[in-house]
Amino acid sequence: MNMNSIFKSSTDDNSRQADSGNASSKLRMQHMNLYYGSFHAVKDITLQVNTSSITAIIGPSGCGKSSMLRVFNRMNDLIPGASVDGLVEFDGINIYEPGVDVVELRKRIGMVFQKPNPFPMSIYDNVAFGPRRHGIRNRRALDEIVEKSLMQAALWDEVKDKLGQSGLSISGGQQQRLCIARVLAVEPEVILMDEPCSALDPIATLKIEDLMRTLSETYTIVIVTHNMQQAARVSDMTAFLMVDDGHSGVLVEYGPTSEVFTNPRDKRTEDYITGRFG
Amino acid sequence: MRKNYDRSLKSLQDEVLVMGSMVEKSVLRSVEALKNRDLDLANQIIAGDQDINQKRFDIEEQCVELIATQQPMAVDLRVIVAILNILVDLERIGDHAEGIAKITVMIGNEPPVKPLIDLPRMAERTAQMLRDSMDSFIRRDVELAKRVCDDDEEVDNLYNQVFRELLLIMAEDPKTIGRATRLIWVAHNLERSADRITNICERVAFVATGHMEDIGASKY
Repeated sequence: MNMNSIFKSSTDDNSRQADSGNASSKLRMQHMNLYYGSFHAVKDITLQVNTSSITAIIGPSGCGKSSMLRVFNRMNDLIPGASVDGLVEFDGINIYEPGVDVVELRKRIGMVFQKPNPFPMSIYDNVAFGPRRHGIRNRRALDEIVEKSLMQAALWDEVKDKLGQSGLSISGGQQQRLCIARVLAVEPEVILMDEPCSALDPIATLKIEDLMRTLSETYTIVIVTHNMQQAARVSDMTAFLMVDDGHSGVLVEYGPTSEVFTNPRDKRTEDYITGRFG
Repeated sequence: MRKNYDRSLKSLQDEVLVMGSMVEKSVLRSVEALKNRDLDLANQIIAGDQDINQKRFDIEEQCVELIATQQPMAVDLRVIVAILNILVDLERIGDHAEGIAKITVMIGNEPPVKPLIDLPRMAERTAQMLRDSMDSFIRRDVELAKRVCDDDEEVDNLYNQVFRELLLIMAEDPKTIGRATRLIWVAHNLERSADRITNICERVAFVATGHMEDIGASKY
């Protein structure tokens, strides 16, 4: 895929490709600030997310984890008064630059939410929804995409005989995997997951975690989770956020998960992950 | 915030101290029994090793239970991993003391080859190292742990001295070879115990810093 295809027109500066920085970095924030009106929600975040890895964002409630996640595909644009400054790059391109095609951006950076939210339509149509919106009409092509996406989401075997049934008729864990299949159907590069297991039972949770591990061979995944053990189990890198005195979310520590959970550098991280505050 | 959990972690460390003191006593008394030809005491030490082994299993079980039920992280996890290793070393030091007691029983009432001076000294140094290592563990004191490792050299030197002295005695009078060899075994048990203590000190450094490093390189 063309590096600059998220731009609406081809007249934008192509030279940006040259300074895309570290080749293995898929997403990058530099001194990123997020405001909701006058409220400084997330302050001065600098970090980079590696390609084909799972990055977990953890922290106490209200520390800005989800807000930060939504900066990566401009979901906060939908909130009146939200604004972002600093640099946010996807494949070396500033996604907050004028001319960025937000629909194309969100196709390449898909999102899975806390509560499974299948559309009130058949399992098949749920998965085919995105490709159809992007102009694919050929039935055979759609069949292939639906099967491949459901396979990748580890759901195919469970639903292949009932593709015509409502997406709302299957279990919560299956619905969440259906939502993941729906994201995969438009062939994204990054999947943002906002507490994808918080509404699921432990077995369904472990299935999703296992799926994430498989998907991370192909996709870059960023997950927000309340569940520290989940972050420890699934992620390669962990970012710990908490609020400062002004109630803004700040990045306290970012590093390899194995280090953050065995030997955190910051006392605040230590206190949080050992359950002594937060 | 996690009072019960904190209590469990503390009691786990207290139990390690208790086991450390059981082992320390065993080391000192094993050489005391040898020196005084006290076979009753030696037999008590042999029987007492069962208690040390049982203590080790009890603490190990507590560790496993805490990991399974509380998902300890960061320094808590390091403490538990360190304890699991320290238990093995303490248990082995207990075995070395038991070994000395068995040698004492074996020697029985044979005439002595020499007055025992350096062996009790080795035992005292080893016991002191063990006490200090336990102290450094509770206080997360890396500096003290390093000093304990330095002390190992003194035990190594005593070992060397005992070994050479006994070699001379054997060379002069081959009739002493059996009895003198058994004393070399005793010295060797003490020397190995001191080495085990340096392993404990490495675990202390791991708890405190998160890094594994070889700080106790023994000559033997």
